[in-house]
Amino acid sequence: MKYIKGWSLNFINWEVQFMKRKVLAAILALTMVFSFAACGSKSKDGGSSDSGSSDLIKVGIINNDPNESGYRTANDKDMKAMFTEENGYDASFAYSLKNDEQITAAQKFIQDGVDYLLLSAADTAGWDTVLKDAQDAGIRVILFDRTIDADESLYEASIVSDMDKEGQTAVEWLESQGLEEYNIIHIQGVMGSAAQQGRTGALDEKVEAESNWNLVTQQTAEWNAEKAQQIVQSVIDQGTKFNVIYAENDDMAKGAVAALDKANISHGVGKDVIVMGFDCNKWALEELLNQNWNYDGQCNPFQASYIDEIIKKLEAGEKLDEKVVIMEEKGFDATTITQEDVDTYGI
Amino acid sequence: MENTAVKKSKGSDFLGKLLRQQLFIPVAALLILAIFNLIADPSFFKITLGYSSAGQPVLSGYLITILDYGSELAILAIGMTLVTAASGGQDISVGATIAIAGSVILRVLCGTDSRPETLQTSFLVAFLVACVVSMLFGAFNGILVAYFKIQPMVATLILYTAGRSIAAWINNNELPIISDPTFAYFGGFIPGIPIPTPFFIAMACVIVIALVLKFTNLGLYTQAVGINEKSSRLNGINPKFIKFLSFVILGLCVAVVGLIKVSRLSSINYSVIAKDIEMDAILAVALGGNALSGGKFNMAASILGAYVIQFLTTTLYKFDVQSDALPAYKAVVVILLVVLSAPSVRQKLSGLGKKLRVKEVA
Repeated sequence: MKYIKGWSLNFINWEVQFMKRKVLAAILALTMVFSFAACGSKSKDGGSSDSGSSDLIKVGIINNDPNESGYRTANDKDMKAMFTEENGYDASFAYSLKNDEQITAAQKFIQDGVDYLLLSAADTAGWDTVLKDAQDAGIRVILFDRTIDADESLYEASIVSDMDKEGQTAVEWLESQGLEEYNIIHIQGVMGSAAQQGRTGALDEKVEAESNWNLVTQQTAEWNAEKAQQIVQSVIDQGTKFNVIYAENDDMAKGAVAALDKANISHGVGKDVIVMGFDCNKWALEELLNQNWNYDGQCNPFQASYIDEIIKKLEAGEKLDEKVVIMEEKGFDATTITQEDVDTYGI
Repeated sequence: MENTAVKKSKGSDFLGKLLRQQLFIPVAALLILAIFNLIADPSFFKITLGYSSAGQPVLSGYLITILDYGSELAILAIGMTLVTAASGGQDISVGATIAIAGSVILRVLCGTDSRPETLQTSFLVAFLVACVVSMLFGAFNGILVAYFKIQPMVATLILYTAGRSIAAWINNNELPIISDPTFAYFGGFIPGIPIPTPFFIAMACVIVIALVLKFTNLGLYTQAVGINEKSSRLNGINPKFIKFLSFVILGLCVAVVGLIKVSRLSSINYSVIAKDIEMDAILAVALGGNALSGGKFNMAASILGAYVIQFLTTTLYKFDVQSDALPAYKAVVVILLVVLSAPSVRQKLSGLGKKLRVKEVA
């Protein structure tokens, strides 16, 4: 028995998939039982709440998992704070990082007869059918944070960040630093996500156009600080010189900085390496305030007030001026940031 | 003429013995990787002594990086080997329970304030609480496997799915950050010592498990249960308890790795911390030549296997392989291992060896 029973490794995936289904089925069955119980208890406590809820606007909100990142946590908090009964909403939430699960949630909301479907899609494709169903059922769809590849007529409005612009703002800022040579470690987010594409695109263009802009390495760390640390560690071990870290989110910038600290490479305002991050987490802005980092680009997670405004307009029967609403976003420079900025824009 | 023939057959005997040695697989893999790097770029082996930003001496270089990150894996490989040997299955919830252990450490240190000025307790207390918690989660897995006889992969699937949400819930979805620089020692360097701390932690774990295996019956009992549960019970061993114990020990290993992981960044990200680490840990056990279906095991081979995997990862990073393509390369290793260790291939190989020997003698 000295050798490996190799086939069991082969079966890991298969088994996981298979059993996942079984377990899922069991969980689904359980949740169904519970939801039936919940329905039962609701109908018991009577008509008074029913008549009350009739003038509430019913919204179904489909979002990504709030644990995904600080951005998402802030976004979810913002949504939960806005869509309350006090503000005239009856909101239900569904979370998933997977498109198919989100679509299932959307179908459920359509059956429940919500008035509005608010959607931050995990993936851009595959939404046509379900949005058509929503349209047929008279449900209005508002996209937030992420766009989808579907006909514009299928949704009322889309409130998004302009990731391309975020990238451009950052690259322009970097250019304004006037370095003689730019040797950049570029740490990317999950490949194919809108944030990655926008933030990468601007930098790629610039590197292509300028002869003194070089990419030392361009790697995806999948928004993961540990991976970013390993990537930067690898460059340091190699002994290659660099003077800019362009990380596509704060977590990865933090990982990169951890590697720099270990190798005694100074970073921040007036130091050897310029550190750039995105998303404006509060702790990241504090790093800016302490001059340990140089730049942080905002990715505004506070869409709820925009959505609220749009719903109010639609309810009043008004027409929307624009289908796509682009949120205002800033970039912060360590030399000009104030404590007030940290408190207002930190997430 | 005769003399050389005898020598040759002795040589092939030695080779045969070597091939049968369990340590052969990880050592051979390590040698292949080392030679590959030596040819491609000898600077891979360069180690330089520098000074950290705090002015302390630190060694740096690829080999140090391997020691640093491989140590986490080595600690996990210890627990995973025991679980594999006793239960004939693997724990796939390791990454998720690392998130839980890390979250507990930060929760105990920070209290409810996610940006504390002063820490609530000492690191030791926080670590001990994390040990208890992750041993409890290990016990949960162990009970499902040993007493409810659920397949290990399925039993641990529960925490694999739920663990990261539990970790987030422990800290109310906040992302605590510890500003005390001494907390970073566990995943970095202790002032004055130029070798990364995780390596020392791993060595401590290795020594502890070596002593345990030498002076207790744990190793013997674990193998007995893994080879034949029924006969081990007839011989007075309680197989359920042994299986249960192996999961609890893995829980302890998880807590140690959790400490290193959160210390590296003085913070945590629930959804990505220690992501997919369970697959690397299982691969380490496999690379160590241990039967994934349980039974006999060789702890040293597993631990070496862990460092070999990190060696591979670091090599791939060095050659600028896209990091999202890393799993594909690891898959190639798995395929090679699986094919080479398949009984039919082994038979053919040994048949080939015999033929060669016969020819030599003739």
